[in-house]
Amino acid sequence: MQHYVLEISKYIITLFMALYTYECFAVFRFDNEERRRGIYIRQNIFMFCFHFMCYLDICIKTNKIEYLFFFAFQQIALFATITLYSMIYPRSNKLIVNNMCMLLSVGFVILTRLSFEKSVKQFLIVVLSIVIAMIIPQIIRKLMILKQITWIYAGIGIVTLGIVLVMGAVTNGSKLSFSLWGVTFQPSEFIKIVYVFFVAGILKEAEDFKTIVVSAIAAGIHVIILVLSRDLGSALIFFVTYVMMLYIATKKPVYLLVAAGCAAIASVVAYHMFSHIQVRVQAWKDPWSVIDDAGYQIAQSLFAISSGGMFGLGIYGGTPRDIPYVETDFVFSAIAEELGLLFCICLIMLYISCFIMFMNIAMRVKDKFYQMVAFGLGVTYGFQIFLTVGGGTKFIPLTGVTLPLISYGGSSVMATLIMFAVIEGIYCIRQVGGKSVVRKKMGTQQERKTETQR
Amino acid sequence: MLLGKKWERSKSEKQKPKDKQNKEIMLVTYGFVVLFLAMLGHFIYFAAANKEEMLNNSYNGRQALLAAQNTRGTIYSRDKEVLAETITTEDGTELRQYPYGNLFSHAVGYSTKGKTGIESLANYYLIQCNLPFVDKVKYETSGSKNPGDSVITTLDTQIQQVIDREMGIYKGAAIVMKPDTGEILAIVSKPDYNPNEIVTIWEDLLANEDSSVLLNRATQGLYPPGSTFKIISALEYMRENPETYHNFQFQCKGSYTMEDNTIRCYHGTNHGSVDFTKAFAKSCNASFANIGMQLDREKFADTLDTLLFNKELPVNLNYKQSSLLMSDEISNEDMIQSSIGQGKTQMTPIHLCMITSAIANDGILMKPYIIDRVETDKNVIVKQFQPETYGTFMSVEEASALKMLMQEVVESGTATKLSGQGYTAAGKTGSAEYNQNADSHAWFTGFAPADNPQVAVTIIIEGAGSGGDYAVPIARRIFDAYFEQAPF
Repeated sequence: MQHYVLEISKYIITLFMALYTYECFAVFRFDNEERRRGIYIRQNIFMFCFHFMCYLDICIKTNKIEYLFFFAFQQIALFATITLYSMIYPRSNKLIVNNMCMLLSVGFVILTRLSFEKSVKQFLIVVLSIVIAMIIPQIIRKLMILKQITWIYAGIGIVTLGIVLVMGAVTNGSKLSFSLWGVTFQPSEFIKIVYVFFVAGILKEAEDFKTIVVSAIAAGIHVIILVLSRDLGSALIFFVTYVMMLYIATKKPVYLLVAAGCAAIASVVAYHMFSHIQVRVQAWKDPWSVIDDAGYQIAQSLFAISSGGMFGLGIYGGTPRDIPYVETDFVFSAIAEELGLLFCICLIMLYISCFIMFMNIAMRVKDKFYQMVAFGLGVTYGFQIFLTVGGGTKFIPLTGVTLPLISYGGSSVMATLIMFAVIEGIYCIRQVGGKSVVRKKMGTQQERKTETQR
Repeated sequence: MLLGKKWERSKSEKQKPKDKQNKEIMLVTYGFVVLFLAMLGHFIYFAAANKEEMLNNSYNGRQALLAAQNTRGTIYSRDKEVLAETITTEDGTELRQYPYGNLFSHAVGYSTKGKTGIESLANYYLIQCNLPFVDKVKYETSGSKNPGDSVITTLDTQIQQVIDREMGIYKGAAIVMKPDTGEILAIVSKPDYNPNEIVTIWEDLLANEDSSVLLNRATQGLYPPGSTFKIISALEYMRENPETYHNFQFQCKGSYTMEDNTIRCYHGTNHGSVDFTKAFAKSCNASFANIGMQLDREKFADTLDTLLFNKELPVNLNYKQSSLLMSDEISNEDMIQSSIGQGKTQMTPIHLCMITSAIANDGILMKPYIIDRVETDKNVIVKQFQPETYGTFMSVEEASALKMLMQEVVESGTATKLSGQGYTAAGKTGSAEYNQNADSHAWFTGFAPADNPQVAVTIIIEGAGSGGDYAVPIARRIFDAYFEQAPF
């Protein structure tokens, strides 16, 4: 009996994921949240079913009933998040909230399978983060000072990253984290957000060349500190975010070319200067020749990806723990192995839909500062997914960044939840702002149109 | 699309300034989506295309995972004789058994001390179980492992046995394949070993480096091709002189001298006045040294390229590349040595067998293969391998001209021990010298029946003497055995 349940659940899990992902794109058919309500409710049902099936598998496989309690706590937390968001912020964008919860539940499932202890830790941090994130939209709405403290953002960013560079703890040759009162942080995750606020603040009325040069220098300092800390992934994210935001602010494609040129020169210089970059590139070009050493991680990741098949080997069916740092850098490969290729395709599509929604929000914000913030955070988020999934699948060299909301890592998940909350806040501003009159008119027109079509 | 619609709407909604602002964000969004989709494409392609290669990598722990779930599958010959199977004893230990002992040691290989031969090639299939889910549950609930999928090879136990018996105590190799499909019927390499005892004899095999027992000579043995190479020199001569090669005439005095170098015919035989066919049939070294001097070395290098010298072969067993020097720069001495298959030239038997098969198959090489199909324990086919064309080695005309020459070798040349059978064979012998004392390896490569080739054979017997005396009789036994089973 158990065997059949486990086998059939593989297909059911994939099915619910596919249905959920379909609804993610179905959302874009409608223009206002009212009409999307049905979709959101279906998404919540699919999410619950997916989550339940996964934990059913986990309980059958491990024979431990406490996992069911853990599941119950997670469900309560996710349900509370969804309800509280719509109660406190009735005008919030539910797709973002739903996707956030869906990604968190995928994360809980795979982390529980990989390490129960880490999963519990992650869960507690997530609960704390959600509580913090609840007040953020309100802060964004009310605190007008956020637009004016441009240089304070830069100061916080550079000083914090500098402290990590000087005093940070070394993990695998990189200085990423540092401890305060017994809690270990990875500050670059939080500075990402502050940095986006800084770049948005300085470039919001970037008409003269002088401001651009100043902004480039400040952004450059961030990037250089990160390169020196050997946090290559973050350095790339900071760089790309700045370049994209500069392009949006100035609307001059020439800056993209200049940046591409700079990036090319910088990568050649960095390649010759730092041996660890050469090692990474070597491991990317041909992991098999250095499989005992630098190529081991990526090789194990590729083994995992290629062994899952369409529907995966089932939760606990594979050996994803063979991959070093699987919970942080290679969680996508673990998902590919046990939940399958189709699930992974849906997952990436889900990320894409979330990214498109961010960009959509950015496009519609009237206020230049908030538009740039929403856009910058969207790019940060999108590029991070590209780095981690691309790195784990040997599409690009490995940089060692986390998969947003799924990977293990307190700083990462908290920062991402804050990021989502900031965008949610900006969305609310848009809804409240002067545009609402026009939008209402459009909304009714839209309704009339769809009705006549029917 | 989705965005497009919105964009259009917002365009109509508001006028100029907002439009421009949105355009850049949209471009960036599209850029990222394209990037994501490219990555997704790469991911799907990688996962689907490299499944087998990834699982076979020795660093992949999932092999052990599958081994814990499934018993290793059985390897069968084409007539469904068991070549390798796993027996589970009462206390649960698994033993890999090879009922034919030494006979298939190189073809089937072993799977305990690393993996070789078919055990390595088919590993991916042998460790999986594609039984229906219901059956797997039955095995699991009864507490036993699932039976792994079995592999049915193209190997023929009869022919394999004939070769083994005929080669006796000689070292050497033989390979038999079907020219029209590429199926490998037999692959023998001597000396061999008993794979049932591989664990106990392992240390001895490794300690004794000279014996090279573990080397599969049929695919990894590099030998001077000797006179069998004249097939290739003849092909090149015909290519360069398509109209006039029939008019070739040479007065053989038993040797050919070029500058300070003298090439002698085998045992110094004086062949007298020979034409092209006779020079080939009698394997006249002096004539072919003369032909070699007339060849355009650049063009010859191109021909050798097409015939896969110094190149990778379309073979998935472990093999070595044949090597040869040919370019404008080589000396006259190297040139005349090369044109009779001596000097620095080295070939594997499987490569020679592939060239022979291509001649038999109107110039087209079929990819050699040794696994016919994969079946579940309940004989449901999981995967059926099909003959595959590799490419064209030579034109139909060239192939048929070579066939005629090779037929004449059997009729009136060095392989007359093959004439007068119920079938007409065609081939070429070789006696390849490998040291200063003029000791030679005996070669034969050929096919039968000449007019409708069904089977190609390549044999090398190390240090035996002339190909005509030592290799040809074995070829005859192989052809006899083949046509006894499958009368044409």
